[in-house]
Amino acid sequence: MSSDNGHAAPAAGSDTSTNGHANGHPRKHEVVDSITIRFAGDSGDGMQLAGTRFTDTSALLGNDIATFPDFPAEIRAPAGTLAGVSGFQVHFSSSDIHTPGDVLDTLVVMNAAALKTNLKDLRKDGILIVNSDGFETSDLKKANYKVSPLEDGSLKGYRVVRVAIAKLTVEAVKDCGLTPREQDRCKNFFALGLVYWLFERPLEVTLKWIQSKFGKKPEHMPVLKANTQALKAGYNYGETVELLPVQYQVAKAQIAPGTYRKITGNDAAVLGFAAAGKLANKPLVYAGYPITPASSILEGLTEMRRYGVKTFQAEDEIAAAGVAIGASYGGAIGVTGTSGPGVCLKSEAINLAVMTELPLVIVDVQRGGPSTGLPTKTEQSDLLQAMFGRNGDSPVAIVAPQSPVDCFDMAIEAVRIATRFMCPVFYLSDGYLANGSEPWKIPAVENLPKIEIAHPTQPNSDGTQVHESGDSEGSGAGKFLPYKRDNFLSRPWAIPGTPGLEHRIGGIEKQDVTGNINYEPSNHEHMTNTRAKKIENIAQTIPDLVVTGDADADLLIVGWGGTFGSITTAVERARRKGQKVAQAHFRYLNPMPKNTEAVLKKYKKILVPELNSGQLSWLLRAKYLVPAQGLNKVQGRPFLVSELETAITDALASV
Amino acid sequence: MPPLPTLTAKELTTDQEVRWCPGCGDYSILAQMKKALTTVGVPREKLAFVSGIGCSSRFPYYMNTFGFHTIHGRAPTFATGLRLANPDLQVWVVTGDGDGLSIGGNHLLHALRRNIDIKVLLFNNEIYGLTKGQYSPASRVGTSSKTSPGGSFETPIRPLSIALASEATFVARTVDVDVQHLVSTLQKAAAHKGSAFVEIYQNCVIFNDDVYKYATDKAVKADNLLYLEHGKPMLFGKDKSKGIRLNGLTPEVVTVGRDCPLDDILVHDETAENPALAYLLSRFAHDARTPNAFPEPVGVFRTVSKPTFEQQLDARVADAVAKRGPGQIADLFKAEDVWTVS
Repeated sequence: MSSDNGHAAPAAGSDTSTNGHANGHPRKHEVVDSITIRFAGDSGDGMQLAGTRFTDTSALLGNDIATFPDFPAEIRAPAGTLAGVSGFQVHFSSSDIHTPGDVLDTLVVMNAAALKTNLKDLRKDGILIVNSDGFETSDLKKANYKVSPLEDGSLKGYRVVRVAIAKLTVEAVKDCGLTPREQDRCKNFFALGLVYWLFERPLEVTLKWIQSKFGKKPEHMPVLKANTQALKAGYNYGETVELLPVQYQVAKAQIAPGTYRKITGNDAAVLGFAAAGKLANKPLVYAGYPITPASSILEGLTEMRRYGVKTFQAEDEIAAAGVAIGASYGGAIGVTGTSGPGVCLKSEAINLAVMTELPLVIVDVQRGGPSTGLPTKTEQSDLLQAMFGRNGDSPVAIVAPQSPVDCFDMAIEAVRIATRFMCPVFYLSDGYLANGSEPWKIPAVENLPKIEIAHPTQPNSDGTQVHESGDSEGSGAGKFLPYKRDNFLSRPWAIPGTPGLEHRIGGIEKQDVTGNINYEPSNHEHMTNTRAKKIENIAQTIPDLVVTGDADADLLIVGWGGTFGSITTAVERARRKGQKVAQAHFRYLNPMPKNTEAVLKKYKKILVPELNSGQLSWLLRAKYLVPAQGLNKVQGRPFLVSELETAITDALASV
Repeated sequence: MPPLPTLTAKELTTDQEVRWCPGCGDYSILAQMKKALTTVGVPREKLAFVSGIGCSSRFPYYMNTFGFHTIHGRAPTFATGLRLANPDLQVWVVTGDGDGLSIGGNHLLHALRRNIDIKVLLFNNEIYGLTKGQYSPASRVGTSSKTSPGGSFETPIRPLSIALASEATFVARTVDVDVQHLVSTLQKAAAHKGSAFVEIYQNCVIFNDDVYKYATDKAVKADNLLYLEHGKPMLFGKDKSKGIRLNGLTPEVVTVGRDCPLDDILVHDETAENPALAYLLSRFAHDARTPNAFPEPVGVFRTVSKPTFEQQLDARVADAVAKRGPGQIADLFKAEDVWTVS
């Protein structure tokens, strides 16, 4: 596996060549391994769109890619203000990468506020493309600049390219029949054109997209024409004025043969749940209430009706959980999706699924908390809520995808576990995975796991069943026993409508085997233990924890979920520097893989990076009595690889 | 001729010991429910009872059908999911005034609004019974309870007004001990396609005994209840001498013959598209202190036909399949922009 060298490019020592240029001046073409670029502007400036288009072009050119959209919770904060800045970061590379990049090689800013909030991430000597029209007195004031940073020398050390993007865009689209405001809104395409020139990328993919987006309705023709002209004008402007004396090329990445598409974590979840329904040959009911950053799963699955998916936009989070559980009771695959605040509301319903032992998947796309917290920012702070956030001893299964692409595979896993073990399964994604994207090698259908589900059709009592308390009341032959368990302690999933299987379930403690209401002390303890043992049994069906890196290292880095890319990159870099370090990453949090204790006990030092205050490290210490040390970040942003590299170096120093 | 029984009450009885207090109105409702279902024509395995929390919500344990005793106030949500997954079932929701109108008010409102094909039975005893006697959102002003010593002063909610405002397509009221009326009302609800809401006056013998005495005592009930019958004038009283007349937007109690001719008396139209009149009727409240007080209507206030949520969703699914064919897994992975690495 080759690796990402992030901020190393473009730099001295890169391959360069000098070609003739149309006007006779020589121009350098530098080949670099990877580039990280961020488009930043006002929420209304179309930066998410520009970044997405750039990503698609790069992916289709064969680069490996990773993206990180970063936008405010307010849909349209006052224009030009610091609160309204929206950014989209793309890391594209000729080698295998796992993160959107720590440090920017190139930053495009559409106004003063975007400069102020983003400049700190641009590396020294990085390229700064500035829309100089976004630095009027009023823009400076809104960004709290007393003096224009374009004039006061504060940008010394960056390669600043000033372009009057707004004015040039208006000029380029003036014949398209748009209003002045509409003309101004084309400036993201002008900026995109400039960047395409800088990195020698063709315009075709974006032109095709503009055509497919705006080419269907006659009333969109002016917009189609204007966006096309703005894009080309930006490219040609770069070419004509020789924006920089150098252009950069990033070659195709060496990636495994196959057919690829770009995908975000939430889109992958949508496909994963739709596929799971088909793999189980069952309808899937997804119930949700709009909440950032989970809403796009509800929206995406609503487009999946022809795959047997029914979505339900509930009146609140509780109802969404209730509908999903009701659907599972009815024989469908019930899934409910939300973010942390929604999980708080669903707790009681989830506990009913624990008690009645019905399948349920709870998708929690985690965001910064507590309370409303940071709705659009990422965090991993719902792990202990998923583990313990219910009354009583209430075990549930927990899985966590580790990358945008893994959101597909773990959706299928969550459904498999929920239906095989008749239990709720938490699926802990996060805002970073949800909105971040990477190339996905489209799987062969025959390689997807099967989800086998058997429903009883006949009463299951032969009159001899006695539950462990010794009481056989109500278990006579010919009866249906809803809590008669299999080898994994899972109970039968009887579908209402099946003759002879009429039975009652509910949230009151019940006698094992018969399911009758039962308040006996010994029975309650037996049932509590049984519910816990059943969840533990899931470990018999999940893969072992895999250790990568140096097996004989003293230091083990342990992560879970969405931090996989950052940790993996940091460990790779550390090992390239000659440091000895091993890595293990949890995708199954409850139960943990069978070999977890054996793995943990092999290492002198365990470092647990998490985007929370130490939830996994707390669990590991409690369960396995190992000296896990937390490396914790709660800033609403993913780990930088450099932060982890430093932590690894520090940890090794004190082993 | 009524349909022949397809089920017996005995077949519908479970082996579980019924644990309501002796004398509770729930016993009668349970018995009449079984009786009503004998001729509804739905086999046992196609019947599901879903409940929340409270005395009434123990109901599913005593019905030998599929049953789901869920969590407080949320029964309509589980019932909705059940219908989405399994549209062949006849789904009954059993709730009470605390469960359905307090903690679960929101879900009731939305289930009715969506016209989910469920039959909601709200046992209204105007008190919290299972928690041992606190006033409920339906308690009439002055109800003395452990949390309202000296009498409650909150304005009570009117269940049928809420149901009508929520666009319920079937709205009715009946009384626990009025057995024939109860059976026939349940059967009408069973026959309705869409959300049916039935308020059942139910006596809590322990904590709110005789709160409906005016509606059950043979000596006075004829003066206090108005039996709604479709297409019939709204007459009440022992000799049906009293009636309801509309004076502008204001209903009034009149004596037929003395105050006005029979032709002036309102005629009940349960199928009226406009729910305004049904809403007016839902506001009639018994008041023993007022002479010429309004009777409380029982029977079907409103029954109209509208597509159910499930029918409409299934139509969308069928439409999606018709347009692009049933989805196959391989189709899922297709995208506008794919690239191949060889």
